Amino acid sequence: MAITEQEIGELKARAKKIRKDIVDVTGWAGGAHIGVALSMTDIMTILYFKYLSLDPKRPDWDDRDRFVLSKGHGGVGYAVVLANRGYFDPELLKEFNHSGSAFGMHLDGNKVLGVDASTGSLGHGLPMAVGMALGARVRKKAFRVYCLLGDGECNEGSIWEAAMAARHYNLNNLIGFIDRNHLMIDGLTEQIMRLEPFADKWTAFGWKVKTINGHDYAELAEAIDFAQTYREGPVMIIAETIKGKGVDFMENKVAWHYGGLSADLIETAKQSIERSSP
Amino acid sequence: MSGGVTWTVYDVDKLTQKEVYGVVLCDLAKIHPEIVGLSADLAQSTKIGALGEKYPDRFFNVGIAEQNLFGVAAGMAKVGLIPFVSTFSAFASMRACEFLRTDICYQNLNCKIIATHGGTSFGPAGTTHHSTEDLSIVRAFANLTVIVPADAIETAKSVRACMEVKGPVYIRIGRGFEPRCYESEDYDFKIGKAVELSVGTDVTVIACGTPVQHAVQAAKILQQEDGLSVRVLNMHTIKPIDEAAILRAVQDTRRIVTFEDHNVIGGLGTAVADVIAASGKGCAFKKVGLPDEYAIVGYPEDIQNHYKIDTEGIVETVREIMGRDFERDEDWEDEV
Repeated sequence: MAITEQEIGELKARAKKIRKDIVDVTGWAGGAHIGVALSMTDIMTILYFKYLSLDPKRPDWDDRDRFVLSKGHGGVGYAVVLANRGYFDPELLKEFNHSGSAFGMHLDGNKVLGVDASTGSLGHGLPMAVGMALGARVRKKAFRVYCLLGDGECNEGSIWEAAMAARHYNLNNLIGFIDRNHLMIDGLTEQIMRLEPFADKWTAFGWKVKTINGHDYAELAEAIDFAQTYREGPVMIIAETIKGKGVDFMENKVAWHYGGLSADLIETAKQSIERSSP
Repeated sequence: MSGGVTWTVYDVDKLTQKEVYGVVLCDLAKIHPEIVGLSADLAQSTKIGALGEKYPDRFFNVGIAEQNLFGVAAGMAKVGLIPFVSTFSAFASMRACEFLRTDICYQNLNCKIIATHGGTSFGPAGTTHHSTEDLSIVRAFANLTVIVPADAIETAKSVRACMEVKGPVYIRIGRGFEPRCYESEDYDFKIGKAVELSVGTDVTVIACGTPVQHAVQAAKILQQEDGLSVRVLNMHTIKPIDEAAILRAVQDTRRIVTFEDHNVIGGLGTAVADVIAASGKGCAFKKVGLPDEYAIVGYPEDIQNHYKIDTEGIVETVREIMGRDFERDEDWEDEV
């Protein structure tokens, strides 16, 4: 499923809209994990608008591809993508984080249409994605399972338990992504708890690894095309990203892991997104 | 009961709780193709391996990785399977605690947990392998049904009945050497309904798990030696607990003692106490189990004797509570 220049142009335009929506929801919510959501936006956009086999009108369709946001704190970005994909009315996001809302900052799959797994506590998504991929095999289903992890999340031991199992069972219907933005709450990943040589670790666990620029649609498409046809086992796409991508005053700033936005800052942020590339 | 299951525990004398579990599970798997089994290097010890021998493509051993075990089970349930997950109860409730709570209970998944080696049943193994907090922990998880079968026969009934619950169920059994309590499967087992094993009006003994059969023996001794009429309730379901049976016991006997192979904090005794306290009715009450300490090392029967949850201990405690004075007010109308 090669990607065309026209598709790339359309996906970039969508991503701009999604980033601006994330800024709006952050404003309505009074605060959200905005830096996290912006770094993963391009990965989410290409998955939900090109690769995932799904039907927003039938969120329970048995044969749909599954997506697990292992880095569940990206919930604000996830919710905006689902709304843009047509799972629910984007107006509902005005209640994001509000008391009594269906939308908490970590999405609840029993409340939000389109969410295949409720996540938030780190280190849980990949094990569940492994279970889904194994389940597909038991049920002789052809759907694929996509799982997006945070880099800091890979400090969790359960990620490596799941990594072992994915290879042990040769889950070639499982495609992982790591949003490698190099930042966690307390600072740089390499200062808090070193991950490098990160790709080597995944390779040693038996995964096929592709390291790419997570904001480059041609590279994303090439990596996903490869992963979909790779038969030997699971593939991990390490997507090098920029936390806060698209909003110049947030980029690579630990402080914008989570934050709120005044009306002025919302405007400034949107202008920055408009100027940004992609 | 699940339709089509015809297997009965005809040779229960030769089958332990765990073996019964494996046999019943295979039987269920025959008629429910969505059943899969998972364990973490304890397929043999927990007897879930029986499923793997019969249906090798439906059994998954994830290695010694209990967190992943429960996460994988959640993922399988999410795509329409019914996972039966088996490991020691200490690991199910503590090592994998948050995965059980967040992945399975929070998402309200149709996943069944068979937690073996409950309580002090793995006595000589020591505290690392004792599970004397699990009921307290898992009772606090919303959406979860918690069952503690009294013996192998009730294990068979529990495993079948749990298929009727569309949500997570935690079944806590022993190591497999426990004596049996029931003569046959010919009794009414319903999740959430206590079984009255002895009719009585002077005092009520409420128990779950291994202490149930001791309570039945104790009731006979107390009848013969003390002329006491002892009601014995097998409270096999800890959650949702049979409030009506507890309230009837308060009203009819006004003396209640609970026995469990578990810390006295948060398990059966606490669940019963909650109901009694909320009733606003006076009742002499005592809960017996591990007195907030890590159990001694020993054979299960010695540990049970030490903590007075065997026949001898139950007789002793009932005699003690019969001697306790409390304000007796027959007028129930003026109580809150």
